[in-house]
Amino acid sequence: MSVDTAAVPSLRETPLHGLHRDAGARMVPFAGYAMPLQYPLGLLKEHLHTRQAAGLFDVSHMGQIAVRPRSGAMADAARALETVLPVDVLGLAPGRQRYGLLTSQAGGILDDLMLAHLGDHYLLVVNAANKASDLAHLLDAVGQDCEVEALDRALIALQGPGAEAALARLVPEAGAMRFMDARRVTVGDGEAAREAVVVRSGYTGEDGFEIALPADAAVAFTRALLADAGVRPAGLGARDSLRLEAGLCLHGSDIDPGTTPAEAGLAWAIPKVRRRGGAREGGFPGAARILQEIAEGPARLRVGLRPEGRTPVRAGAALFPDEAAAEPVGAVTSGGFGPSLEAPVAMGYLPAALAVPGTRLFAEVRGQRLPVAVAGLPFRPAGFKRT
Amino acid sequence: MLKYTDEHEWLRLDGEVATVGITDHAAEQLGDLVFVELPKVGARLTRGAAAAVVESVKAASDVYAPLDGEVTEVNEAAVQDPATIGTDPQGAGWLYRMRVADAGQLDGLMDEAAYRAFVA
Repeated sequence: MSVDTAAVPSLRETPLHGLHRDAGARMVPFAGYAMPLQYPLGLLKEHLHTRQAAGLFDVSHMGQIAVRPRSGAMADAARALETVLPVDVLGLAPGRQRYGLLTSQAGGILDDLMLAHLGDHYLLVVNAANKASDLAHLLDAVGQDCEVEALDRALIALQGPGAEAALARLVPEAGAMRFMDARRVTVGDGEAAREAVVVRSGYTGEDGFEIALPADAAVAFTRALLADAGVRPAGLGARDSLRLEAGLCLHGSDIDPGTTPAEAGLAWAIPKVRRRGGAREGGFPGAARILQEIAEGPARLRVGLRPEGRTPVRAGAALFPDEAAAEPVGAVTSGGFGPSLEAPVAMGYLPAALAVPGTRLFAEVRGQRLPVAVAGLPFRPAGFKRT
Repeated sequence: MLKYTDEHEWLRLDGEVATVGITDHAAEQLGDLVFVELPKVGARLTRGAAAAVVESVKAASDVYAPLDGEVTEVNEAAVQDPATIGTDPQGAGWLYRMRVADAGQLDGLMDEAAYRAFVA
């Protein structure tokens, strides 16, 4: 078998790099950064610990972009952002966050992101691999009306049912936040006090928070969180298996410029006000195709897949309607083993007629056709704190 | 006689039958294993070709045949509980046994000291 232990030079390091090294993390290259894949606890236990208590993830590689209206009026920035995001930006209240998509002229998904209204600016958190292209896209589209600034800050995700208690010890106002609330807070004391942004959301299907803070405050803050016995560091490996069980898309795998919002099952992110007949219908890249597909239904759809056996079915596996069919009808875009489900799980795309929970298909793995069933997403209910 | 390959398999020769598994070094690199696919008894293996697959949560890895030969036995306990391969890769976590076709191929493999130097 092949074991890759070669160190990769010239990778960027996050502000928490030394902490990962001290914790014994196995570092891997990801989107140009050296990132922790897993810690000595191991991916499986990091995953389960996050579901049972709290996992702490360094996601500082993700892009943080501030968009400030030159006029000082947030509505001007909102109107500008609505030209690239099929989202109700104008209706986003201060202190609230929404999920959004950057769409292409062809109706594809350039990136998916979180958008928060922070009073005098919008904060966009975008995928690491896309942050340079997203920044260029935003500068081009809204740069006339807004200052667009890439923020070089740390980003920490604290996820799991124990996240609220652990964070509230350091940031008392966290306990009163609801799912998708966004707050500007102060972390640290005296001369070490820094402004940070806390949002109640994440990428695991659990209740939890993401905390954006200056690099020079990140290590002390993270160490203070890890001092809680319920909080364990978790790597990108667990982050991926957690988001897969939660049915969440990974850009570059499950969604990309070749998939549309309706195909991806993400039409819920496009509100009525931006759809056909809405007060601010369209006006974003690819609107004609995207809105037609939402109204009429797409030809193919993203689905959950549950293999019947124990063999993991991974990204790239072709999906066939039966054991003998020569032509595949779809493909797996993410797949692996779900530690909380104790079973393999996958997502992929199928023609709309087959994208019905319970439909039995076959996935090809190492030349064998293995039975899989279409399943609803998420694979397990989310633990968000909605009220 | 215990031998190692540069692809991180080990084999222990007892007469003309070799027991094969992945090394402790490989098991540590792979992390928690959740699935293993072993060859069928009677399968003819070719040195360097994929003979088994071990899978962690995140990835599938081929395990190559260290020698030419025929599979005589597989470790069903490891199939039932793949975690055994991670916790005791060079003991209870063995993968399969094979009848070695050409003992001369053993000369191309590493001994314990050479393998430890190789992964150091």
